[in-house]
Amino acid sequence: MSDVAQQVPLVNYLVLGETPHLVAHECTSCGARFFDRRNACASCFATEFRTVDIPNEGELRAFTIVSQAGPGIKVPFVAAVVDCGGTSVRGNIINTEPDPEHVTLGMAVRLATYSMGADDNGTEAVGFGYEPA
Amino acid sequence: MSASDEIWILGINMTKFGKHPDLDTVDLGAQAIMAALADAGVTMADIGVFAAGNLLGGGGIGQQLQKQVGQTGIPVYNVSNACATGATALRTAIMAVKAGECDMGLACGVEKLAGAGLLGAGGVPRSDAKVYNPSGRYGAVAGIDGRIGTNTMPGVFAQVGMEYGHKYGGATFELFARISEKNHSHSTLNPLATYTKAMSAEQIMNDVMIAYPNTRSMCSANCDGAAAAVVVSGEKLKTLSLEQQRRAVKVSASILTSDPWQEACQILPDVNTLTKNAAKQAYEQAGVGPEDLDLVELHDCFATAELVHYDNLGLCEEGGAVDFFESGAPWRDGRLPVNVSGGLESKGHPISATGIANIWEVCQHLRNECGDRQIEGAKVGLAHVIGLGSACGIHILEKSGV
Ligand SMILES: [Zn+2]
Repeated sequence: MSDVAQQVPLVNYLVLGETPHLVAHECTSCGARFFDRRNACASCFATEFRTVDIPNEGELRAFTIVSQAGPGIKVPFVAAVVDCGGTSVRGNIINTEPDPEHVTLGMAVRLATYSMGADDNGTEAVGFGYEPA
Repeated sequence: MSASDEIWILGINMTKFGKHPDLDTVDLGAQAIMAALADAGVTMADIGVFAAGNLLGGGGIGQQLQKQVGQTGIPVYNVSNACATGATALRTAIMAVKAGECDMGLACGVEKLAGAGLLGAGGVPRSDAKVYNPSGRYGAVAGIDGRIGTNTMPGVFAQVGMEYGHKYGGATFELFARISEKNHSHSTLNPLATYTKAMSAEQIMNDVMIAYPNTRSMCSANCDGAAAAVVVSGEKLKTLSLEQQRRAVKVSASILTSDPWQEACQILPDVNTLTKNAAKQAYEQAGVGPEDLDLVELHDCFATAELVHYDNLGLCEEGGAVDFFESGAPWRDGRLPVNVSGGLESKGHPISATGIANIWEVCQHLRNECGDRQIEGAKVGLAHVIGLGSACGIHILEKSGV
């Protein structure tokens, strides 16, 4: 039995390892990027895709500070749209106070990961967010 | 019967928006239908097509409503298009009349929403599994709402407004509160509104925070309500009474769009492009421009949404929504009154009813029957709705020349 704890990413487009980063399916024809699977490109209807890395650095383009959410979701948290070198990414702003003084439009952010704890098999889930750069 | 070029609203009605504990969904819808038929001066015997919408009930609302108001065997379409459901029902009836399948159609939207909680949040507590097992389209091992952004409507639309602010500047928390202040002020003149109490921007900013910058009073009001409309072809209208012809309102444009692909649309629903597309098509179809409008009812599901739609509907220069509001234009005594009904924030938003209720509001002004809140001399108006996902409905309406 290995004593190295297994890790799984929160979502399949988060790649763990030395330098955690996001990946996307990119249309080989027009370059449109998708985090989920598509039968054909939503932009140009071509059907070939390749996997591309998304830059970890980005700019905060839109955010909201959610104070009321569904059952079991901890509030407040900052939900955001981050522009990572031309690819828009959805993620929470983490590792800073969730208020308009600490979170501002246009601020530079970078990808950060955090542990979500282990399951009954000892497998640790890892989530991601963006922190002030 | 041949295809018809002209479509008119012959009769239209909205119920009181608010709490109707003693009426069920069918009762409410039937109330609006009976009143719309009476307003049109026709009966179910005259109606050749019926389209109905309701999102939170059990389905099959159209047939249920027929059983309440008259079963004649005509085709019924049950439509579902998020917050654009009412407009989609109306457009379905319009398309049938336009195609020449019949000369008169009926549309109804109804919702029981009073006391409903946060929309988009889901009602079941997030239960994270004891064993991480990737599932769903993103291979997620745990719930992602709240961990990767938000699905709640106030949060989604907050980001829509913030994105506009990032692009063009000037969109402060206080500005959004003052947009809401306008609509809460307007509804003091609307006896059918859910809320009829004015609120200051300060009160609005100090209200319970839902998703910054949207506080509770900047969110659409969950309420019960229904609206229904009778549409008629131009040919048929000519055979009706002079009084019916005088009160009929011309549908100069009826447009429905969905969201075309945009780079960020998988991340944050793009409510802008499909509204711009719908507006462009609507102005072309009607042969009017934004400068010809006397009033606009737009989809202010949140204060942050109203701002971007000033721009999307071409009520201002591109990027000029903040200046447009600051100029006082969208107040009821301004250059281009917006949401004189009180809008979704104050009149209320019984989802499926909204896309017909906003048309009722415009019709009341064009028919000069709007009482205390009449916009004097109104001749042309625009009604707009957005259903997230997305669908956009725009109707341009014109006063009868008779
Ligand atoms: Zn493509």
